Amino acid sequence: MKKTFSIGGVHPDDSKIAAGSKIEVLPLPKTVYISMIQHLGAPAKAVVAPGDRVKTGQVIGEPTGFISAYVHSSVTGTVKSVGLRKDLNGIPVVHVEIEVEPDEWMDGIDTSDTLVTDIPEDRQFILDRIKNNGVVGLGGATFPTHVKLCPPPDKKAECLILNGAECEPYLTSDYRIMLEKSEQIVVGAAIMKKVLGVDRTVIGIEENKPEAIAKMKETVSRLQSSAKGYDGIEVMTLKKKYPQGGEKQLIDAVMHRQVKSMGLPIDVGAVVQNVATSLAVYDAVQKNMPLITNTLTVTGNCLPADRQKNYLFRIGYPLSYIAEYNGGVPDAAAKIVSGGPMMGKAISNLDATTQKGSSSLLYLTEEQTARKSESNCIRCGKCAEACPMGLEPFLLNKLARNGMMEELEQNAVQDCIECGCCLYSCPANIPLLDMIRVAKGEVIRAMRARTAPKK
Amino acid sequence: MSKVLVSPSPHIHADISTARIMRDVVIALLPSVAVSILYYGWHSVMLLAVSVITCILVEYLITRFLLKNPCTISDWSAAVTGVLLALNLPPACPWWVAMIGAIFAIGVVKMTFGGLGQNLFNPAIASRVFLLVSFPVAMTNWARPAGFLNVDATSGATLLGTVKEGLAKGDTLSQIFAANDFSYLQTLFINIGGSAGEISAIAILVGFIYLLARKVIRPHITLSIWATVIVFSGIFWLINPDQYTDPLFNLLTGGVLLGSVFMATDYVTSPMSARGGIVFGVGIGLLTMLIRYFGSYPEGVSFAILIMNSVVPLINKAFKQKKYGRA
Repeated sequence: MKKTFSIGGVHPDDSKIAAGSKIEVLPLPKTVYISMIQHLGAPAKAVVAPGDRVKTGQVIGEPTGFISAYVHSSVTGTVKSVGLRKDLNGIPVVHVEIEVEPDEWMDGIDTSDTLVTDIPEDRQFILDRIKNNGVVGLGGATFPTHVKLCPPPDKKAECLILNGAECEPYLTSDYRIMLEKSEQIVVGAAIMKKVLGVDRTVIGIEENKPEAIAKMKETVSRLQSSAKGYDGIEVMTLKKKYPQGGEKQLIDAVMHRQVKSMGLPIDVGAVVQNVATSLAVYDAVQKNMPLITNTLTVTGNCLPADRQKNYLFRIGYPLSYIAEYNGGVPDAAAKIVSGGPMMGKAISNLDATTQKGSSSLLYLTEEQTARKSESNCIRCGKCAEACPMGLEPFLLNKLARNGMMEELEQNAVQDCIECGCCLYSCPANIPLLDMIRVAKGEVIRAMRARTAPKK
Repeated sequence: MSKVLVSPSPHIHADISTARIMRDVVIALLPSVAVSILYYGWHSVMLLAVSVITCILVEYLITRFLLKNPCTISDWSAAVTGVLLALNLPPACPWWVAMIGAIFAIGVVKMTFGGLGQNLFNPAIASRVFLLVSFPVAMTNWARPAGFLNVDATSGATLLGTVKEGLAKGDTLSQIFAANDFSYLQTLFINIGGSAGEISAIAILVGFIYLLARKVIRPHITLSIWATVIVFSGIFWLINPDQYTDPLFNLLTGGVLLGSVFMATDYVTSPMSARGGIVFGVGIGLLTMLIRYFGSYPEGVSFAILIMNSVVPLINKAFKQKKYGRA
C-alpha cells in the first residue's frame, strides 16, 4: 500500500495543466527590483547605494540576525535606487532597483552545465557555501537553509526527507525540475545528507507524477553506482492527498512519526527540504552559484493551452513583466494567485517582483474562486474530517467568534497549519480558516507573552 | 481582467453545498418513496404531498415573517424533513395528522432552536414521537390503503406488534411465526404492516449505498447500530430462541433500517467525529433492543434515536477525533 499521512486531508482535482511544458528561460527585463525580505526571519540590509555598479551574483543585501539570509544581485547593471516598494501583499519593503545590462558574473561562480557529483568532505565548507549563497527553503516558508541544517547539539537528525510531493493543484515547477534537473537534485540531497550525518534520505513524490518517480529512481541508482556518498537515498511513492507536502504530514507519511504540538521536525529526527531547495544547495555548493533563480509555473484553466508555461526566472522580475511576456492576463481571470490555490497568496499588486520562493502565477476565474455566501453550520463534521491536524474547525470558528481565548488554546488552535482543508470542504461556505487564522495569531502571541522572561 | 478579487487562502472550494447534500438525501429516499406509493397508492402520495408542502410552507412563513431572516427553503432541508416524516407515518394515517406533524417538526423542533443546524432533535423523529403520544389511535392504525399492486388489503398489526402480543399471551415464537406465516424473504422485499417507508429493506439499502457513494454520510453510525442490534439480540436469541426474536428479524423488521440510514445519520443531531458516531450508534442499537424486548412499546427505534440525540453534545465533548502529535 502506498504511504500517506494518517489524519484528514482532501482530494482537490490536481489540475496539473502545465505539466508537459518544458522549463523556458525568461529573457532579462529592463529593470529589476530585488526585495530585502525574501526569507523568514530578519530582513536583509541593503549594502549597495544608487550609482553603484553590480555584477550578477554580487551580494547586495546582508543578513541582520541569526535567522536571516544574504540577497544577491540577479543581474549586472547600475543601482538606480534603494527604497520602499510595495510587495505582493501591498506592504512597503526595501527593494534595490537595478537597470539591467548584459550579464557579467562575479568571479568564482561556475556558470557551466558540467555536473559535479563529488561531494566536498568539509562540513563547514558546505555550510558556508549554503549560507553565503543565500539559500532558503523553497517549499513555501523560505526558512534559511543553513540554519535548518544545523540542528541544536542535543537533537540528532535520523532522516532527511526531500519533499517532491507538490500536492498543491496546478503547480508543476517541482515536477519539471525533477524531470529536467534530477541529477542536481540528488547531488544536493547527498550534500545535505552529508552535513546532517544521516544514513537515510527519502525523496517523497506523489503517485500522480509517475514520470518524475521513474526519473528520480533512475538517477539515484545511476549516481549510487558511479559515485560515493549516495548510499541510503531512496524514492518513495506517496498516495495523492493534500496537504502531503506539509512538513508535519510528510514526516507522518514517510517515518510514521508525529511532531509534538509547537515542536520541530528535528524533535522526531526529521529534516525536511524541498526538491527545489536541494537544487539550490547543489548550485550553491558545487557551483558557488547564489540563489538568484527559481522555476515558476504560469497556469490556470482560463489560460490557453499554448500559454501554460514553466519559466526559469531570476529574482526581482516584475510579475507584470512575466504576465506580459506570457501574453497578458487573461480576460476571464478574476484572481491571480502567487503559489497554489490552497495556500497561495492572492496578488493585489502585479508590480510586485519575483522572490526566491516564487512558484506560480495562477489565474482563477470568478466562478472558480468567488466566495459564496455563508449559511448555517449543519454540523456535518466535514471540516473536522478534512483537518490534517485532527482539529475541530467548526468548534474553533465558534470559539474565535466569541473571543474565547482559553478554550481556543485548549482546543489546539495553535496547531493549525493553515492548509485550507476546512474552508475548502465546508458545504455552508463558512469562512472557517479566516476566523481560525486570526485566533491562532492571537493565541500564539498570548502563549509567547506567558513564556517570555518578565522584564 | 475587469474585476480583481483578493481574499485569503484557500482560493478554491470543493464541489459541495448544503443544498447538494440535502438534495442527495431526497434522492436517496426516492426508492423507498416509490415502494410506498406502489403499495399504498394515492393515499401515500397524498401523505407525502401534505407533509412536504406543509414543512416547506411553515419554514417559509417562519423565516419570512417571524424571524425576518433570509429564506432557507432553497437548501432542501425542509423537503428532507417532509419526506422523512411522511415515510414514518402509518400508511393509512389521516392527512391532518401528517399536517400537524409537519407543523410540529419544522415549527417547533427545528425553527424554535434557530433553524437548520441548531436543533437538538431530529425533526422527523421528534414529530413522529409527538404524534404517537398525541394521536395514539391514528398512529397505530395499521390499515392498508389500496395500492397500485394487487396485494390483499386487510388490516393488521406490525410484525413486531404481533410478536409482542403473542409473547404477552404466553405463546412461543415458533407458534407465533407459524400462525402468521412469516418469512425473511418477504421482509427483504415487502415488510407490509409498518410505517410507509419501512416496506422494503432493499429500497432503503439502495439509498444507503447512494449516500455512501456520494460521500454524504460515513458508515460508522449506521453500521454500529446494525452491529449492536445483531450482537445484542443474538445473545438473547441463543439463550432462549422461543422468547427472543433472532438478529435478522430484528434488523429487517420495524424501523431499524430506515432509522439507521436516514434519521440517525442526520448531521445536525449526530456526533461530529467517527468515534463519537460509533458510540452514538451503539447507544441507539442498545436502547432499541431494550425497548423491543423489555419495554411496553413493540418498537423502540424512534425513542432510541431521540434519547441519543439528547446526549450528542456530551458525546462530542467526550469522543473527539485524534489530534496530530498529541497522543
